[in-house]
Amino acid sequence: MASMAKPGHVGGEAEKTAVIPLRGNEAVAYAAKLARVQVVAAYPITPQTIIVEKIDELISKGEMDAEMIYVESEHSALSAAYGAAIGGVRAFTATSSHGLAYMYEVLWWTAASRMPLVMALVTRAIGPPWNIHVEHADLMSTRDTGWLIAMAENNQEALDLTLLMFRITEDPRVYLPGIVGLDGFILSHTVEPVEVPSQELVDELLPARRQPYVIEPGKPIAMGNIMPDEIFEQHRMDMHVSQRASIEAIREAGKAYLELTGRDYTSLVECYKCSDADYLVVGVGSWMGDAKIAADMLREKNVKTGVLRLRWIRPFPWDELRKAAEGASVVVVMDRSISFGHAGPLYLEVASSLTQDIPVVGVVAGVGGVDISYEDIARITKHAIKTVEDTGTKRIPVLWYHKGSFYPMPPGPLRQREPPITANPLL
Amino acid sequence: MTAVNIKALPRKKYVMPGNAACPGCPETMGFRYLGMALGDKAVTVIPAGCSSVIQGLWPRQGWGLPVLNIVFAAGAAAASGLSRALKRRGIEAQVVVWAGDGGTADIGLQALSGAAERGENIIYICVDNEAYMNTGIQRSGLTPHGAWTTTTHSGNPGRKKPLPQIIAAHKVPYVATASIGYPWDFIAKLRKAAAIKGFKYIHLHAPCPVGWRFDPSLTHKIAQLAVETGAWILYEYENGRLKLNPPSNRLLDPRKRKPLEEYLKLQGRFRNLQPKDLEILQAEVNENWAEIEAILKAQEKH
Ligand SMILES: Cc1ncc(C[n+]2csc(CCOP(=O)(O)OP(=O)(O)O)c2C)c(N)n1
Ligand code: SF4
Repeated sequence: MASMAKPGHVGGEAEKTAVIPLRGNEAVAYAAKLARVQVVAAYPITPQTIIVEKIDELISKGEMDAEMIYVESEHSALSAAYGAAIGGVRAFTATSSHGLAYMYEVLWWTAASRMPLVMALVTRAIGPPWNIHVEHADLMSTRDTGWLIAMAENNQEALDLTLLMFRITEDPRVYLPGIVGLDGFILSHTVEPVEVPSQELVDELLPARRQPYVIEPGKPIAMGNIMPDEIFEQHRMDMHVSQRASIEAIREAGKAYLELTGRDYTSLVECYKCSDADYLVVGVGSWMGDAKIAADMLREKNVKTGVLRLRWIRPFPWDELRKAAEGASVVVVMDRSISFGHAGPLYLEVASSLTQDIPVVGVVAGVGGVDISYEDIARITKHAIKTVEDTGTKRIPVLWYHKGSFYPMPPGPLRQREPPITANPLL
Repeated sequence: MTAVNIKALPRKKYVMPGNAACPGCPETMGFRYLGMALGDKAVTVIPAGCSSVIQGLWPRQGWGLPVLNIVFAAGAAAASGLSRALKRRGIEAQVVVWAGDGGTADIGLQALSGAAERGENIIYICVDNEAYMNTGIQRSGLTPHGAWTTTTHSGNPGRKKPLPQIIAAHKVPYVATASIGYPWDFIAKLRKAAAIKGFKYIHLHAPCPVGWRFDPSLTHKIAQLAVETGAWILYEYENGRLKLNPPSNRLLDPRKRKPLEEYLKLQGRFRNLQPKDLEILQAEVNENWAEIEAILKAQEKH
């Protein structure tokens, strides 16, 4: 894993870092504490709950100096965290799935208020039927709201990205809130050794809170009253510009963090063996760890595969993606959710960023928490390559991988040219 | 209730000329009293409603206090966060939610109940014009029985929610009713609330000429008639103890109250009120008073 510490670093500066076995949710809670968050407002939902419980425990033990607002819903959780942020302190919330859906309008309000605020999103399917397992439908539904979105591959990243997110969202070039995603159960409930930086290191990373304005007595300013439509539109253009500008802020924060901890977050993506790869697997989150193993397996069979893991979804890492895809003969995009009636969200983003001559295949898999192993990913990759070679198609939006079979959805020209790749049981 | 000295009230304007309110608007009256009572210590949190629009078009601003506009359901929640943040920063402030009856009794009720139960240090004011005015006079949970609105063309079949009692049942330190027809009472209650730590709720009766269909010059008079007829009762709960305030404290005897019709007949929204609906309304008024009387009697014993 590229984000692991340089060997010797931990031992050499033992007082600056402690290696602790932590569940992903606990790693996030420690990050909130180290960031000196002052107000936390959150509402329990599986698999996010441990974050709230851990923060409450840290506060009760006097290890964290913050106030917890025990709100009655997620709508209020984000609203209260937002109110606190606007009042001038670092604020934090966390949720999953239905909780995120419930706070949806407040996501928009927070971002367009240009208010720095950090939220952890433990990814989970949205019902019905009830399903508490990993899926990216919740995460992907936030893409249009103006929030920055990062996605962790492991517990170390969950901690690191949360810390970095505070610095980046509070950068005057950015002034937008940020989501740190981590996969439900796979990370949230699984223990991994995590390097926890000392308070001293984190204080160096995070300057005192900066924000565009504060609502407080004696300053009769208003946030959010009606604007002429032209100004409203300019304001939205400015948010878009700031999203792009955040790329610079991310790289700089990554550099600072590299110097402090030896862990490298200077890039918006992680490239695993992609420089010489003929085939590129693109995706986000924990299963990209399995994709790396799959790439190694495929390479043993002379299928030169690399993995491009997007650490950031917003801003979208266009440049890194284009560079990594140069010379690739097939790009396989793995989506853990679907935009019904079209394709996987990441496929849509990747396909629209690459030139038409690079074949892009969208694979939807692992929806609703269905387990996907590295063998599955190797199989998916081989199948995607073969489909492109057999059909000569440059864009294959959806090959749904389900229980070992592939279902092209919707069945289009692809199917006419090469009758059932696998018959669709639903048709 | 301690008397308010008119001369000592701030002269500063908290409602700016050129705001976008309709003539005779009760919300601008109420906001003016709010500014007079709390002055520059106040910061307001305003969920969607007429008071969002009255501010006018940016960069102008009709309210002379800091304003955090917020989504419809989130007044009490956003104020909770803001109040905690200002406290942590050591800033002396009165965080005030200024919300309509819809933002309070319907979509915002859950957040309001949560904030009350947590004892957030805020003053929550429900500006009750008895319908969703901003979206065009649709009924709310605080629309009285029989009233015409654009969603109750043949009269509201429901009954006004007893919201102050609902909040009082949360056992918060201060709950009061007020009326824009009695500014001194409202101002005194705001000041009292400001001196109390914890969750304070003031329910401000605010007749709206546009939604209630009356002449804009009559706002104040209709507000007073609501109290004089006993349809709206001025009281306060301090630490759970109920007290009637003037002039309602003189109206326990029904013979002292003006006939309910005097209040209703000036309002176009009750134009088609049927005799049976009038009976229902009168019965509600009687019940409300009977309840208050019972509470006062029970208190005497303790
Ligand atoms: C979630 C949501 N639903 C609906 C609306 C539309 N809306 C805006 S203001 C309003 C009515 C406000 O009524 P009230 O709270 O009584 O305040 P008033 O306008 O009467 O002052 C409605 C329905 C909204 N802004 N947000
Ligand atoms: S509709 Fe009523 S409450 Fe709304 S601005 Fe007009 S007068 Fe005021």
